[in-house]
Amino acid sequence: MATLPRTRPRNRRLVSRNTVAGWSFILPNFLGFAVLTLLPVVVLFYVAFTNWNVFGVAEWTGTANFRRMWDDASFWTALRNTVYYAVFHIPLTLAAALGLALLLNRKLRGVRFFRTVAFFPYITSIVAIAVVWNQLFSPEYGPINALLGAVGVDDPPGWTASATWSMPAVIIVGTWRYMGYYMLLFLAGLQTIPAQLYEAAETDGASPWQRFVHVTLPGLRTTTFFVTVLLTIESFKVFDLILVMTGGGPGQSTLVLSQYIYQKGFEENQFGYASAVSIVLFAICFGITVIQFWVNKRRNS
Amino acid sequence: MTATDLSTPVPAVAAPGNHATSARRVRSRGWRLVGYVALVLAAAGLLLPFFWMVVTSLKTNNDVFTIPITWLPDPVVWRNYVDIWQRSDMTTWLRNTLLLSVTVTFLQVFTGSFAAYGFARVRFPGRNLLFLAYVGTIAVPWQSYMIPQFILMSKLHLSNTLWSIVAIQAFGAIGVFLMKQFYETIPEELSEAARVDGLSEYGIYRRIILPLSRPALASLALLMFTTTWNDYLGPLIYLRSPELRTIQLGLNTFISQYNAEYALIMTGSVLSVLPVAVIFLLGQRYFIEGVASTGLKG
Repeated sequence: MATLPRTRPRNRRLVSRNTVAGWSFILPNFLGFAVLTLLPVVVLFYVAFTNWNVFGVAEWTGTANFRRMWDDASFWTALRNTVYYAVFHIPLTLAAALGLALLLNRKLRGVRFFRTVAFFPYITSIVAIAVVWNQLFSPEYGPINALLGAVGVDDPPGWTASATWSMPAVIIVGTWRYMGYYMLLFLAGLQTIPAQLYEAAETDGASPWQRFVHVTLPGLRTTTFFVTVLLTIESFKVFDLILVMTGGGPGQSTLVLSQYIYQKGFEENQFGYASAVSIVLFAICFGITVIQFWVNKRRNS
Repeated sequence: MTATDLSTPVPAVAAPGNHATSARRVRSRGWRLVGYVALVLAAAGLLLPFFWMVVTSLKTNNDVFTIPITWLPDPVVWRNYVDIWQRSDMTTWLRNTLLLSVTVTFLQVFTGSFAAYGFARVRFPGRNLLFLAYVGTIAVPWQSYMIPQFILMSKLHLSNTLWSIVAIQAFGAIGVFLMKQFYETIPEELSEAARVDGLSEYGIYRRIILPLSRPALASLALLMFTTTWNDYLGPLIYLRSPELRTIQLGLNTFISQYNAEYALIMTGSVLSVLPVAVIFLLGQRYFIEGVASTGLKG
């Protein structure tokens, strides 16, 4: 009891000194972060309920933007296309990345070279990637259809020139670009699995498949969870690849949510309506992340 | 020929146990072969677009799409690499992009590592809540707040200046994450000892932590440089004047302007990829460590 009055001021002084020091470290970054990221996220929820346009004149219009969205066929097309992309891009990339990581985790020659090769698409700019793939996909003279013709496909797809095949083309390129990145995350995860577990499984007579199911997959659970979260967000916000490769076409066959926001906002200057669509994108990404965290937590406990 | 001659040099009088291991060895050799075939196929698929890019840039335009396809340029034409500088503003684009990438990288490395120290090593009320605000933005795609951000930047009179790109790229959460992750691996006792010796928190950061975190700083710098160099959407929204164009924006306008100049377009693509490719190959180790330790991208 007697010591309390003596230690308290010193303690308080320590806390306040630490607070000043802590804030001074964080402030240079936090100022920029708060003004350029946090503030826009908050403002989004105001602009979406107004008819903000290019003149900056904004009237509160309540839920008008959202009611308009409900009847907007283009919005639903964009949402459907985004889900289409995600539903194929997520499992394909997950499988390819895990497959590559398992391959590279074995002691083969040239593994380092291959790791470099696999990561290369990820560091290449979208513009260069889109233009090369468009040439490769060229329906009549492109090398991809030439290869397909050589293996006996009589009627090769029209790829980005066809409304049916443009989305598969974009999905192929998206998977090609990102699998090396997620492969690295899986590789890092694989290296944390103790070798003794594999040795123990082998002495118990487990087949390679059994070792994969009972040792590798459980050991990778955290990594897989993290990769799935990142992949989901990445799929739902897909934009620049599609913008440069197909421009959303032909027709609206590859129009996605982010591009629809861009069109309404920056091409038609309807900032209010574009913000309302942004909230849908925000809600999808945030909601899916929360659900995945919740499921992961339940499974772990 | 007898049957034994065909088999691998297994001793004729082998114990039963030896038979089993040699069978396993043969099987594992088979798996290795399958592994190599898979690796080579995957590498070919991954590299095909780059191969096409380089080969096409060395062809005349008429030789790009031929039946059957020519996989090697014949003759090798270097002209495209001269022409591109005259037919586009490549010099301006590269200068703008270099300026932006260097500025953003510097600011992100400086403010990010500084803030990360505050989060990792200084205990003060409100710290965890603040960090949660950073973490929360992982789940928020930039595309969903680009509209209010643009309104804000216009109010600040920053749109259509190079500063706008610096502003949107330099204060991201990635630097804070990457560096915080790294600082937490440095033993606390080092800082404690320095504190006893009378060093201030700033002194500890500068004299002890910074020198130890060179690999992490290199990772962050490389990631930021590449992200800014490759950014297309930011410049597309903010940079309207032709003299402000970055390489990605410039290349894309060039493509829509000369859409039938297939060879020249590939030349431009090679030039836009080359600087990043060189930097990546030189600092590969840091790149891969950076990605593996945070799993975050810009």
